[in-house]
Amino acid sequence: MSKGQSGLGKSTLVNTLFKSQVSRKASSWNREEKIPKTVEIKAIGHVIEEGGVKMKLTVIDTPGFGDQINNENCWEPIEKYINEQYEKFLKEEVNIARKKRIPDTRVHCCLYFISPTGHSLRPLDLEFMKHLSKVVNIIPVIAKADTMTLEEKSEFKQRVRKELEVNGIEFYPQKEFDEDLEDKTENDKIRQESMPFAVVGSDKEYQVNGKRVLGRKTPWGIIEVENLNHCEFALLRDFVIRTHLQDLKEVTHNIHYETYRAKRLNDNGGLPPGEGLLGIVLPPVPATPCPTAE
Amino acid sequence: MDKEYVGFAALPNQLHRKSVKKGFDFTLMVAGESGLGKSTLINSLFLTNLYEDRQVPEARARLTQTLTIERRGVEIEEGGVKVKLTLVDTPGFGDSVDCSGCWLPVVRFIEEQFEQYLRDESGLNRKNIQDSRVHCCLYFISPFGRGLRPLDVAFLRAVHEKVNIIPVIGKADALMPKETQALKQKIREQLQEEEINIYQFPDCDSDEDEDFKRQDAEMKESIPFAVVGSCEVVRDGGTRPVRGRCYSWGTVEVENPHHCDFLNLRRMLVQTHLQDLKEVTHDLLYEGYRARCLQSLARPGARDRASRSKLSRQSATEIPLPMLPLADTEKLIREKDEELRRMQEMLEKMQAQMQQNQAQGEQSDAL
Repeated sequence: MSKGQSGLGKSTLVNTLFKSQVSRKASSWNREEKIPKTVEIKAIGHVIEEGGVKMKLTVIDTPGFGDQINNENCWEPIEKYINEQYEKFLKEEVNIARKKRIPDTRVHCCLYFISPTGHSLRPLDLEFMKHLSKVVNIIPVIAKADTMTLEEKSEFKQRVRKELEVNGIEFYPQKEFDEDLEDKTENDKIRQESMPFAVVGSDKEYQVNGKRVLGRKTPWGIIEVENLNHCEFALLRDFVIRTHLQDLKEVTHNIHYETYRAKRLNDNGGLPPGEGLLGIVLPPVPATPCPTAE
Repeated sequence: MDKEYVGFAALPNQLHRKSVKKGFDFTLMVAGESGLGKSTLINSLFLTNLYEDRQVPEARARLTQTLTIERRGVEIEEGGVKVKLTLVDTPGFGDSVDCSGCWLPVVRFIEEQFEQYLRDESGLNRKNIQDSRVHCCLYFISPFGRGLRPLDVAFLRAVHEKVNIIPVIGKADALMPKETQALKQKIREQLQEEEINIYQFPDCDSDEDEDFKRQDAEMKESIPFAVVGSCEVVRDGGTRPVRGRCYSWGTVEVENPHHCDFLNLRRMLVQTHLQDLKEVTHDLLYEGYRARCLQSLARPGARDRASRSKLSRQSATEIPLPMLPLADTEKLIREKDEELRRMQEMLEKMQAQMQQNQAQGEQSDAL
């Protein structure tokens, strides 16, 4: 899922990440395109293939987020959508005659696009991430990072990291879910140095040093998307797709989904919700009597 | 035979000398959401560091921040000409989660300056009227959006009849040339659609040379100006030191017309149209405000401009400017009365003094 105000390059980036037109770009300069009055949720599914491995990728875009004058609670439709997917999965899980492979529409990862102001996070960014880091894996990303020099970038990243920490916002990879020391050191490095990734996206190719590269051509130079000296797109891509894709799914299933499930069961008095209910109520486990001191 | 020479061809020189002696003052407002490079641009434009002691608050602090209006003044001199520049800043604009009505303090501020001027103009002591009216508002549009956002439109509509607006696209080095053109086009269309009146450059005289006309047309075409600001001096591709921003892929030169419209903006704002901005503020915007103000009093004789001269000292203090809360007006009247009384006292004292001197003089004469 990609989130952030319009014009931050979300669609372009997603397309670049998956090297195919998986995100329908609201053509930037389309005259008829108006900013939607409420936050819309647009989910588009694709099947992409590489090296014989097929992946069904669903990209969920949220046009209209943060564009209005009053953006109070504009994260609510998104939270609702995410919870609805958990609900769908839960209902399937609870069914008597379960499907062998439950169709998984849960959101495994949310890329949150931060505007490169160079100052700090915006209040809206804080509010959104506070609410949603509890229900979904959030990966903060600094959009359109070609407006910041190297110094500005590192200063901005430091400030953003500090603000997230001060406000208790746990972005993916969350510290508490590091499984072993190896994971911890690897993730620590990413958390404290690279994130949030400062990225630039592009779907246009240019000729640089005899090679065709994805980039942006300006009168003062060509910004190469996959050049680590220019931006961290390659780091983001490797992180999300090559190393942590499976982990993203696991954390979503084992942690976020379980949290949702536990909450739902508790609300329902220990009973699973919906149809397929056998009416069997497991008796509560009797408390073991405390051994009295002799 | 030589044509007789009277000498009033020297008038412009006299005017020039007087203006230079008097100095110029100019009030510039900058508005737009934070992080668009406003402060850097102002520093670049006037080559001063107006924002030295600035602290940008953290996001949590800005959650409940309301918009404040800050004024900074600086005196700059160049070639013997002094300019007293007042900068009005609007930190907090567009920051909160809920920005409804966040432009109202700005509108109020602009109107207050008009109010103050109106009062001063109608007052007793008109010798040293301080002109604190806002002569121009540079409104910064984000290069990351798809044109004007709802907040931009709301702000512009609220102030366009009260101040000269010059729209500017900040941090324009985020855009490739085609994107810049498309964004400018979109903004121009939106401004037209929403019927927002930005500052119109006057047409150049028909007797100007072609070069000037071409430059003028080019400048008009490039509105809104796509600017990049920087106060750092870097080396460009060659060896010249220029002001710019150094990236790993190249250096953006602030004063390079192929890179951004900074030069155009500076030329237009400072070199050619500063005076016109002041004149439009006075002749058009202020007069419009004044007319609305006086009309709403619905007093016969107060309505048309000609009767203004008939306003005696007495009635001047009687004008209850509708915007002003009653307490303030009374306070003002009291203050002016105090002044009058003091002046009278002084006069009496002087008279007494003179009489005394006269009496002494007579005495000494008599002796």
